[in-house]
Order: sequence, then structure tokens, then C-alpha cells
Amino acid sequence: MSVDVPTGAANAHEANAAGTVPLQLVHLAHARSGDKGDTANVGLIAYDPDHFDLLREQVTAERVKAHFGEMVEGEVERFELPNLGALNFLLHGALDGGGTISLMNDAQGKVFSTALLRMEIDVPADVVETVADRGRVPEGWSVEDYG
Amino acid sequence: MRPMSDAPSDAVNDSAADTIRIASGQGFWGDDLDAPVRQVEGGPIDYLMLDYLAEVTMSIMQKQRDRDPGAGYARDFIPLMERIFPACVERDIRVVTNAGGVNPEGCAAALVEAGKRAGVAGRARVGRVEGDDILDRLEDLIADGHALTNMETGDPLESVLDRVRSANVYIGAEPIVEALGQGAHVIVTGRSTDTALTYAPMMHAFGWTRDDHDRIATGVVAGHINECGAQSTGGNCLIDWWNAPDMANVGFPIVEASPDGTFVVTKHPGTGGRVTRQTIAEQILYEMGDPSEYITPDVVADFTTIDVEEIGENRVRISGITGGPRTDFLKVSIAYSDGWKATGTLTYAWPDAAQKARAAAKILRQRLDRLGLEFDAVRTELVGWDSTHGQLVGEPPADLPEVQLRVGVRGKDRAAVERFTREIAPLILTGPPSVTGFAGGRPRVQEIMAYWPALLRREVVEPHLSVHVEEV
Repeated sequence: MSVDVPTGAANAHEANAAGTVPLQLVHLAHARSGDKGDTANVGLIAYDPDHFDLLREQVTAERVKAHFGEMVEGEVERFELPNLGALNFLLHGALDGGGTISLMNDAQGKVFSTALLRMEIDVPADVVETVADRGRVPEGWSVEDYG
Repeated sequence: MRPMSDAPSDAVNDSAADTIRIASGQGFWGDDLDAPVRQVEGGPIDYLMLDYLAEVTMSIMQKQRDRDPGAGYARDFIPLMERIFPACVERDIRVVTNAGGVNPEGCAAALVEAGKRAGVAGRARVGRVEGDDILDRLEDLIADGHALTNMETGDPLESVLDRVRSANVYIGAEPIVEALGQGAHVIVTGRSTDTALTYAPMMHAFGWTRDDHDRIATGVVAGHINECGAQSTGGNCLIDWWNAPDMANVGFPIVEASPDGTFVVTKHPGTGGRVTRQTIAEQILYEMGDPSEYITPDVVADFTTIDVEEIGENRVRISGITGGPRTDFLKVSIAYSDGWKATGTLTYAWPDAAQKARAAAKILRQRLDRLGLEFDAVRTELVGWDSTHGQLVGEPPADLPEVQLRVGVRGKDRAAVERFTREIAPLILTGPPSVTGFAGGRPRVQEIMAYWPALLRREVVEPHLSVHVEEV
């Protein structure tokens, strides 16, 4: 299934000449999203403050706009919160009118957060090894362990 | 509006107060009913803030008030107060809430009766703030040259005036501060901003004035952390969510505010969830616009200089916020009727579940066309495949075990939307196979309440704001 294609973590041995490999943001950052009218916001927060510069350099407004494609009709704006190791994105025209107008299941943009975490950026191979296990339920975890 | 110091129950909250504990008990109308009770009973607090309002809530409440002039507020709030009123009075816990919705007067009257039933007659005061509701003033305002232009489209309000259902100005902390100064134990407002419910107690207790920009801005951040309840303490929190402890007993946030304008976020001991730098960071970013310009009625806050520091288990200290002077305008939240919509679902099973669902959607659209029904939008999503992440997930595999087809329409013609709701069930016998999941019956036709954001000059609103405090 295309949702579960191996991420950069699994491809760590395939580092390119620059010593980087593509890695999904889910291993580098967590996120939360919400709505304001027809605009969704996504706050992207580095797990490790040392990785904030990777996000700042590569997760640009242009890249995010391209990532979402037809899901975002308007512009994408980006704001920086370096003290939180975070970027905030405004995705204009993402919610089919928003509020009670929208026919979307996700009319309030609640899960645009993890949709952004699907995006891949180029990450140094040595960093990939340290973050590969982040962001997903650990292997062997079951709901028996929850709570 | 400096707090009055002669109010009988005000003695502990004078400007010499050390820290005050402001607990969050409700993040929206429909949140955990018992959370406010746990906040009152789980440990020491000085204030309890309860946020009941969202953009669409006001129009729902207005509809309820049209049917019953005594309604139009968050009704859950009354039985809640009946439970906690005695404890709040005995321990001097002040309650600040926007539960008043479009009828703060009716809410306060019901609250006084609840206080009597709870046995606090003669010992408690109820305050209410009125004047944010401008529905009856719209024509006069427009005649006076206030176009109430839509901030997103630039259209004048006049173009939809006959369809407006509710109109409320987002108001700030000053009326709440005045009610606290008059010794109110419970303060009920209409469309106060969510954040003001948290920083009004700080302004009251610490004697801050409207020129204390940095401190009030810090209070705004505290309010932003409190206003969504447990979303600050581990709820809906992505980071390592599988490790969040005892979420069945999640503790709601408590802000421990200091007079210098810093604060600590924590929760009661023995509760579930967690308060960490990262749970707080997620909430700070929630529904955030430009973080250097977070506009409120009382201050323009800059979140970018924030310092967030873990100082203990479930204790996070916030400092470094700056603020600038308030603007000359207040934001207005207007809801107007903008047509009708309905959404229907059917479930398709393996094999080729997604292909069957899409074929069904095609048949449905052809039938809608043949009936000559016109809609402003028709949307097809596959729940279980692409309804949340859209085209990012690519094409569904043939072995998808099942998928729910979700088709929605909206339009100005109610009859057309109504007819759409009758075209879903026939697909069970007249469309692709392996279909089920119609137990819910026909979809419901819903009126669309569109949101009209606008600005209004402050001086047009503020003379109409009033504070009333009465004995139970």
C-alpha cells in the first residue's frame, strides 16, 4: 500500500553523494492542526531542537504548497517560532469553505497535521539512524500497554 | 476599571496576591461534563474558567433562543454549578465562563435559581456581562456607515443582511475584571474571547492595567493553553501518544500565574495525562495565525519570544512573551444562513471495495444529473482511504478490506438537497455489490451557517457593554 512505503529509515543504506537520504517528517517532528474559516493551520515542531534548522531550510512554504497539491487551493504562508523549534503554516483555501459549509470529513482541518508529516526531506544519514524509531508506535506495542 | 477592594469576598485576591491558580474546566460545549468537578475537588484552585463557545455555537444558541426566549446559553452549565456552587463559595473559587452565549441574562437568572437550590442564598453573587450581542443593532450600524465588510471576501454585510442569524462582538477582559471587583463569585458572559476568561482573573488579582502589555500578553498565552482543556495535558497530543498515562482520568490544565507575568502550567496530582514542554508546544500552535501578531481585544501578543521550560514533573514554566497596545477595532462574529447540505454514507466490502464505492458514486451523480438537481458542490470521499489525507495516499489497493463511501452535497435549493438524501438508499439494490451500512437511515438536511468575520470600531461597542452583579 502506498501509505506504507518504506521511509528513509529503511533506506538508510542508500545515502546519496551528499550523504543524505529522504526521510518522512513523521520521524523528525510532531504536529497539530486546526482551522480558522477556510484556512487550516499546521504547527510543525521538531522533536529535537537540533533538527529545527533542517525543517527551516527544507520545509518551505513552496514545498508545503507543492506537497498538498490540489488539497490547498490558496497560498501557503509560513511563520517561524525558533524558541519552540517550530514552524507554523497557514494553508488557505484548504477546507472546502470551512466551518459548517464544508462537505469534508475533516472540515476543521484536524488531521492536516499528520498529512504534512508524510512529506519527505533530505536528512544526513547519521541523523536518520538516530531518529528512525521516532514518531511511530514502537514495534511490539499493543493496546494492552496503553493507559 | 480597577478592581474594587471593598467587596466582601475579595480579600484574598488583592494586588498583593502571590500566585493564583486558574483551572480550565471545559474546552468546548460538549466537553467532559465532570472535568470542572474534578478541578474543584482535586486540589487547591482560585479560579475556574469554562469555555463553551466556538464560531458556530452562537448561531445554534440563537436558533434555540428563537424557539424559546429563555434559552440561548450553554444549558449544561446550570446543573454543573448546582453541583459545585457550595464548594466554590466555601473555598472562594471564582468561576468565569462564556456560557451565557446569546442570552447571558437568561443564564444568570437560571444560575441564581441553581444557587438557591444549592443552598448558597445570601452567600454568593452572580455577575453577568452584556452588550456583545449586536444582532438588533446591525441595521443602525450599517446606516451609520459601519459596513461590517467581510474580512476574507471584502463584501459588505448588507449583501447578506436578511440572512444573518447571530452577530456578536468578541469582547475582552475589562467587564469581567469589573465584575470580579464587585465581588461576583460566578461571572457569565456572552462572546468574551476564550483567552480573556483566563487573563481577566490575573488583571483583577494583580491589579494590572490595560497598559501592562507584556503581562497581559502572557495572560493571553495562558488563556490559549487553558481554552482547549485537556488538549494541553496530553489529549489529542501526537507526541509519543501511546505513552500518555491514564488518559481515562486525564487532568485538565491549571495555570499558576505570578504577578510578574510569568506562569506555570500544571494539573492536579493523581490525575492522568501529562504536562511537558512538548504537550504545551502543540497547544500553543493550535489554531495559530501569525505568532508575532496574536490580536485580542486587550493586547496584541507576540508569541515568538516565548520561553518554555520544564521545571518539574508535570510543571512547565512560560515566560518571555511580549505585547503591544490593543487596536482600535474589535472582531465581530456573524453567522448567516447560506443554503443547505447533506452527507450520506454506504459501506463496501472486499474484494475491490474502493472500486465499487467509486462506481456507486458515479451512478449517484448520473442520477442526480438526470433529475436535474443543481448543487453548488458535490464531494466524494472514501472513509478508510482518502477522506483525511486526500491525494497524498495515492490509489487504493484492490485488497482494501472495506471502505465507506461518503458523498456530500450543498446548495441553495433545500428541495434539491432533500431529494439527494433519498437517492442514497436505492444504491443498495441498484448499484455495485457487497454494500451495507445503511442502518442510520436517510441523511439529515442541515442548514449551512456561514461565518462572516468583520471588524467594528471599539467606541461603537464599548459604551453598550454593561456589568450586572446580583445576590443569590
